Amino acid sequence: MAVHPFRVLHVRLDQGKGQVLELPGRAEHLGGSGLAAMLYQQFGDLTLPALHPSQPLIFAIGPLTGWFPLMSKTVCGFKSPYTEEYAETHAGGRLGLSLRFSGLDALVLTGAAARLTCLVVGSNRMEFHDVNFMKGMDVFTTGKHMRRYGKSNAGHRSTLRIGPAGENQSAFACINVDTYRHFGRLGAGAVLGAKQVKGLIVAGDRSLPLPENKNYPKLFKEIHTALTATDMMRKYHDLGTPINMAVLNGIRALPWRNLQATTDACIDDVSGERFAEQLLLRKTACAGCPVGCIHIGLLRQLFAEDHNYLYRQVGYDHETVFANGSMLGMTKAWKILVLLDEAEKQGLDAISSGVALAWATEAFEKGLISEKETLVPLKWDDVESYRLACVHLGLASNEFYRLLAQGVLKAAAVYGGADFACVLGQEMAGYATGENFFISQAMGFRYSHLDSAGYSYDQKTKDKDAAKAIEFMIEDEKARVMLCSLVSCLFARSAYTPEKVHEALIATDQPELAEALDSSVEAIRRTRWRLKLQSGYAPEQVQLPKRFLEVETWKGKMDPAYVEELKTLYAQKIREMGA
Amino acid sequence: MKMLRPSRMERCIGCHSCSLACARQVFKQLSWTNAGIRIHSSGGITTGFEARTCVACDPAPCAAACPTEAIIQRQGGGVRLKQDACIRCGACAKACPVDAILISPEDGLAYLCIHCGRCVAYCPHECLELAEKDSPFCAPDSPYEDACTLAEK
Ligand code: SF4
Ligand code: SF4
Ligand code: SF4
Repeated sequence: MAVHPFRVLHVRLDQGKGQVLELPGRAEHLGGSGLAAMLYQQFGDLTLPALHPSQPLIFAIGPLTGWFPLMSKTVCGFKSPYTEEYAETHAGGRLGLSLRFSGLDALVLTGAAARLTCLVVGSNRMEFHDVNFMKGMDVFTTGKHMRRYGKSNAGHRSTLRIGPAGENQSAFACINVDTYRHFGRLGAGAVLGAKQVKGLIVAGDRSLPLPENKNYPKLFKEIHTALTATDMMRKYHDLGTPINMAVLNGIRALPWRNLQATTDACIDDVSGERFAEQLLLRKTACAGCPVGCIHIGLLRQLFAEDHNYLYRQVGYDHETVFANGSMLGMTKAWKILVLLDEAEKQGLDAISSGVALAWATEAFEKGLISEKETLVPLKWDDVESYRLACVHLGLASNEFYRLLAQGVLKAAAVYGGADFACVLGQEMAGYATGENFFISQAMGFRYSHLDSAGYSYDQKTKDKDAAKAIEFMIEDEKARVMLCSLVSCLFARSAYTPEKVHEALIATDQPELAEALDSSVEAIRRTRWRLKLQSGYAPEQVQLPKRFLEVETWKGKMDPAYVEELKTLYAQKIREMGA
Repeated sequence: MKMLRPSRMERCIGCHSCSLACARQVFKQLSWTNAGIRIHSSGGITTGFEARTCVACDPAPCAAACPTEAIIQRQGGGVRLKQDACIRCGACAKACPVDAILISPEDGLAYLCIHCGRCVAYCPHECLELAEKDSPFCAPDSPYEDACTLAEK
């Protein structure tokens, strides 16, 4: 059987037109991460700034999307306004299945619309709606107004939108996907904003025939059973990732108050356990995933005397709880939900906004900035000030907030305080586990804790064998490049071994992809690193701010010599991988 | 006669595993709509999920409306479906009081639940059950928490 070409919808926003393209290369580029990189090479221009209208914003799914459980994610490829490098961000929700059921492997947006637009695509739809009236609207209100455009596919569509942060082209701007998921990091929301696209609906409105292969339903059942009937996924759907809060605090590896400490006695009031007892309202899932890891908290607010309450439903997970919780010295779980709700409305990446406000608080304490800049007095645990600061970040209310929303180091370059900026390529993720994690986030492809499990390597290994550590990261990265090209949720990484993926590709009548799997994954990794290096990334020049070397974890003080060793070795490897 | 009942939809996480399982096993497709059960968010994702599926009428208005006997009455409630005999007229869907029948915009055929129960095992939270039509709706199977578990504020 011949390999099917990729089916890609290219929308030219400047002209209000688009085409479905059939592009070869499935066996080499697989999909997801690989397809996004391939499409960036075709449509992008690394020499132009990230927010130039002609830059593409790419959404790509993979060869197993929808065919198996937890194959439920979408990769977004773009040039990041945060780093001006080629970047990826991933999201779940209903987008993966909606693209699959629109008969598309990818959607590429280029150009900028003349006025604020809501774009609707589906298997037989492409509409551009003028939504000038949505200017400045928060993410929730935008979502409500967008329903009118997707009515005919209620429940079977995906809704993406940006808030004020995206319209203001903040480098912290995320793209909200189906309310509780996000293309969170590195500023994809600003790219959508630069294209004058406030919202995007993908209608998943067609079906596909099953593969001829008799093994398919059997293998589906086997994988579904493995993922639901065993304990494999428990940590994700039980307390969810916030289970890490108490665990990390216990081993002195949880960043507190801008990483001035790694443990604190008030952990019990902001732990995953506390959230579950007090605030967890329900859980929800991405379409095509029976695990249901999305934890939604109930935030009840007294808005007037005589017991007049309103309530909000706020998604939370470890990263957002750390960034808006321990990092801001919060002593109550509900306060964290207040901030997460505000970040959601503004369309901010809640990891970056929380970490940025932590830096701002320390800078405020040290007198580097004053209320003249921050507009509200920033103080640990002061939820109302932080909420207002979050609004200012979203609105870019003054020069200080405008700069801060471009990244903490951009603000520190003007106001000072780079030494205590908790930035590892971008604002840090919630692990102060040690040198291996710091280097893996600071140098990794996505500047994320998801590039490789450096944080878990830190927790397992005490020796300082840099060669061994880097080898672990590189092997681990490879497995993740495969999953991100399929596109699987990374929580399923223990279920989707290369052998299982091989079987799954055969069962869906894609033997050519199974055969080429190992070499295509290597090639994808190479292409991704190449794009990043070509856009100016210099791994040798990566610096850890001083704060990361001062911090003390369960392992004791950080070892600057070991950090250097890791860095040199990793930089070498990255150069090799991207050669 | 047993019928499919979405008895515990308060537990639903919106994963679509049920509709995908029905489409895969009964209608031999990859689909979240061409199935006997379809999951909708009840007014925006923030308020939970609803299942749209057949309530097993007896007599069944859809069977009465079908001119070609593609849909015929099943003893004890609900219907049997022969898609081969369906002429894509859409009369059944108009007759159904609960919008349980999808006339697929793709092939024009009627998709509805035949109460076979093959989706049930795929629901991770036992939202669905295959039960006797007249059996009582299942009681809550876990104790209610007595304390108010809301936030302090
Ligand atoms: S499809 Fe509709 S009309 Fe027919 S038996 Fe079911 S609920 Fe009744
Ligand atoms: S009972 Fe059978 S026909 Fe009805 S929804 Fe479930 S799988 Fe489909
Ligand atoms: S399988 Fe169960 S939890 Fe998932 S959508 Fe269907 S009813 Fe809801």
